[in-house]
Amino acid sequence: MLFDPDIFFAQLVSTDYMKGAALSVAVAVFSLILATVIGFFMAIGRTSRRTYLQAPAHFYVWFFRAIPALLVLLIMWNALPQLIPALRADWFSPFLAASVGLGLVEAAFMSEIIRSALLSVDEGQGLAGRALGMSPAKVMLKVVLPQAIRIALPPTGNEFIGLVKYSSLASVISLRELLTTAQVGVNITFRYAEYYAAAIIYYLVIVSVLSILQSFVEKKFAWTSKTAKSKKGMDVVNTKVGIS
Amino acid sequence: MTKLPILQVKDLHKTYNGNAVLTGVEFEVEKGQVKAVLGPSGSGKSTMLRLMALLEPADSGEILLKGTRIGSREHKGHTLHLPERQLAAQRQEVGMVFQRFNLFPHLTAVRNVMLGLTSVKGIAHHEARSQAMDMLKKVGLENRATHFPSELSGGQQQRVAIARALVLNPSVMLFDEPTSALDPELVGEVLEVMERLAETGMTMIVVTHEVRFARRVANEVTLFDGGVIVEQAEPEQFFTNPQHERTRKFLSHVR
Repeated sequence: MLFDPDIFFAQLVSTDYMKGAALSVAVAVFSLILATVIGFFMAIGRTSRRTYLQAPAHFYVWFFRAIPALLVLLIMWNALPQLIPALRADWFSPFLAASVGLGLVEAAFMSEIIRSALLSVDEGQGLAGRALGMSPAKVMLKVVLPQAIRIALPPTGNEFIGLVKYSSLASVISLRELLTTAQVGVNITFRYAEYYAAAIIYYLVIVSVLSILQSFVEKKFAWTSKTAKSKKGMDVVNTKVGIS
Repeated sequence: MTKLPILQVKDLHKTYNGNAVLTGVEFEVEKGQVKAVLGPSGSGKSTMLRLMALLEPADSGEILLKGTRIGSREHKGHTLHLPERQLAAQRQEVGMVFQRFNLFPHLTAVRNVMLGLTSVKGIAHHEARSQAMDMLKKVGLENRATHFPSELSGGQQQRVAIARALVLNPSVMLFDEPTSALDPELVGEVLEVMERLAETGMTMIVVTHEVRFARRVANEVTLFDGGVIVEQAEPEQFFTNPQHERTRKFLSHVR
């Protein structure tokens, strides 16, 4: 059996694959948003000096870093509806279960990224903000967070790409994302090479687009004026930001 | 005639990890006065400034701003530190300039100066920008307004930092070794801005190693050592006829 380009191209432009790819990206987006929000509060908790904030955050990160994502998804989809009748309703879809499940797991990792980003902001920054009379919340929002985001961006991009791939785990809870789509096709036709190759192309395209998006966002956080950028180039940023 | 001091500290004590950094400091500055504070590293002079700016709590003692106690209060014989919200309000009265500038690297020069106006005083963006531009003009940097800190020299950054503190119209300005982190050729422009500020009648406390600046601009010079004030005198007296052996020794090293 030779590689049949016609089957490959037919799948490449099929609506099944496109839908699958869209679902994979959507799960990744939603779980990343959820993970960032939860992760931010966990990071605040872990950097806090108060035990009643530190302990629950510590527990969360410890728990969800230990449990395999696959197990969390199975619990979300199979065990929770048994325990909570409300989750047996139609609105509790595989998409929702996958997004929340992966988001909960990812939050443990995002919290570590955000925590180290917050800690890496120079202490003098908070000091300067407080000296101006800013409240602790304003110091966080206007001074520390914008600088922490810049540091957290590259590892967050990594996590995002990871989530696109982790979304394939949702095949176990019957979400027809990209890999499930390929697998279903294979089960009918046995054209492994063609169907998997089409999936490869989709993953490559998705991750390439995300990488371009990431470098675009990172440039937004370059902190140079446009005139200086055209004159001196990006090396100004690399050598001088962070010194003061 | 005794004037009411703008800022006054009484019997200030501070200990870090068992090291007594301040051991009963008495200090005050009157309106329009410029006080230079000299002293070897680790003598506690920067710590005093941080306590006066309410950036760190004192172990005991009082800080008075225009006669009113700030930072803490007495309760049944114990010193109680005020909650962060009240401290934040009181800090607006005291301008602070740091050794390492501490400009916000994610904001342009004018935005650095604006931030206190918009986020602390609640002044509208447009008005804040015009006030910030005026202040940048005063430190000679109106043509650098849209530059980021990474695009400015150390001297320019420190001048923006001075503008950032000044724009909130504080009652007193504290300078914590404002020229120590600068290349030698950039020291002059910062001292010039500070000298002009002194001429406008601003009350200033300047922790510094710049003996010439202390001599020319200050009304009074203070020597700190071992967590206490060793000598306090007018510049002429301080530099030509110091009363304490410790001061003579210190001056022989810095000159």
